[in-house]
Amino acid sequence: MKKIINKPDEVVQDMVQGLIAAYPSQLKLIPETLAIARKDAPVQGKVGLVSGGGSGHEPAHAGYIGEGMLDVAVAGEVFTSPTPDQVLEGIKAADGGKGVFLVIKNYTGDVLNFEMAAELAEAEGIEVEKVVVNDDVAVEDSSFTTGRRGIAGTVLVHKIAGAMAESGATLQEIKRVADKVVANVRSMGMALTSGTVPAAGKPSFQLAENEMEIGIGIHGEPGIERKPIASADEIATELVERILADMEIPKGQEVAVMVNGLGATPEMELYIVNKKVQQILKENGLHVYRTFVGEYMTSLEMAGCSVTVLQLDDELKTLLNAPCSAPAFRN
Amino acid sequence: MQLDVKKTIEWLQLANTKIQEKKDYLTSLDQPIGDGDHGINMARGFKEVEAKISGKDYKDISELLKDVAMTLMAKVGGASGPLFGTAFLKLSTSIKGEATIDAKQFASALDAAVTGLKQRGKAEEGEKTMIDMWAPITKLFQQEEGITADKVVDTAKMALEKTKEMKATKGRAAYFKEKSVGHQDPGAASSYYIFEALAEIWKGDSKA
Repeated sequence: MKKIINKPDEVVQDMVQGLIAAYPSQLKLIPETLAIARKDAPVQGKVGLVSGGGSGHEPAHAGYIGEGMLDVAVAGEVFTSPTPDQVLEGIKAADGGKGVFLVIKNYTGDVLNFEMAAELAEAEGIEVEKVVVNDDVAVEDSSFTTGRRGIAGTVLVHKIAGAMAESGATLQEIKRVADKVVANVRSMGMALTSGTVPAAGKPSFQLAENEMEIGIGIHGEPGIERKPIASADEIATELVERILADMEIPKGQEVAVMVNGLGATPEMELYIVNKKVQQILKENGLHVYRTFVGEYMTSLEMAGCSVTVLQLDDELKTLLNAPCSAPAFRN
Repeated sequence: MQLDVKKTIEWLQLANTKIQEKKDYLTSLDQPIGDGDHGINMARGFKEVEAKISGKDYKDISELLKDVAMTLMAKVGGASGPLFGTAFLKLSTSIKGEATIDAKQFASALDAAVTGLKQRGKAEEGEKTMIDMWAPITKLFQQEEGITADKVVDTAKMALEKTKEMKATKGRAAYFKEKSVGHQDPGAASSYYIFEALAEIWKGDSKA
């Protein structure tokens, strides 16, 4: 293992401290936790937006804290859900009297821990609503999940639900819009190489020099198929076709698209993938309203990418374009 | 059976001793069908429970069990943390204000715990989870009479053996589906030691 770290079991707290030091006017640490909050949290009269999950997916989720996006992100150990007590502290720190909305990625551990935290918060008199994101079309169940996994599409849920919350919407209005995003967003990823969990010390899986894995999860969970590596055009085609096969989008519709790097893939390659993605969407009669290319939801130093397509309507367009000042997402 | 604060602390201390002893065994159960850390996580959690409750003054069992629940959910982690946390939290809330509880009260507390586990884990009996240990034990306590410490151990042993034949449909083991058959469920196994400890504390209690 070759990593720029101090001790493997201190990577998360070291990262959290360094992140806050990078954005001292925007972020603060909730004492005795690994939960990070907007500097001005709790914002009175606004629904608090809380997300989080295992670390190793940076800039998710703390990079999405800021006006117009998340109020709090709770960091767990690498690829491990934060515990309910931590999430509870996050919920309390986000509650400005109008309740708290949770954005949870669909992994067994995340759902269990966040739902338990929600129950504890409700017992303390805080109203809580939630959405579980399951945008990955690759596999139905995996070693980490019952149902579909939540991956890069989660970032668009953060953005749109965050804009809705910033506008002063109620918990129920935010829930409606978040559900709409989840119903209309699909993603799929692929990998060339594995990441290495610091505490494990060796790569999570092995792919041969000439191999790639289609449909792999952001923790290295098995995907659909391992096969010889193909060209960027072929990879983009396979990912987009599987997404469009899963969600029929009428011709003439507007979509947002995200080409997301998994940690070790250069932007150059992401743009090469994006070129083909745009072409296929156009051939399918779809108008790309906005494009995001970069690292949004990574898997340590995994090489690979994912593609996300979100079908838009006027409401979602407005919310997607609303101002936002999170470190990893600016509008 | 009579449980008071002192006896409950003894029960959980013994449960901790057993789980520490069986740490490697529990982990070995988790390796083929999970991610191989169940023993490590449970041992860490119960060690913290022991440290938290030993020598502390509790006004009732409910308060004690709430501490146990909060410690397990914070220190076990993964999926087991919130599940064992839920079980002990439900035990705690259903016996609020009681200085001592008998088998009948314990039965209704267990029933609340099983309901909580089903809700939290979105699972039913027969899906190869810890519920397949907690539910049979609950049914035993719900019998009006004739419950003995030995019967608790017998029921727990049988329940654990039964999980071997079950096919996992929930949790990480579900991913291995058919492959999960033939293995004891790790969560049911660690629950087994919790109930075995209870039975031994009960047996050592001459008044019971």
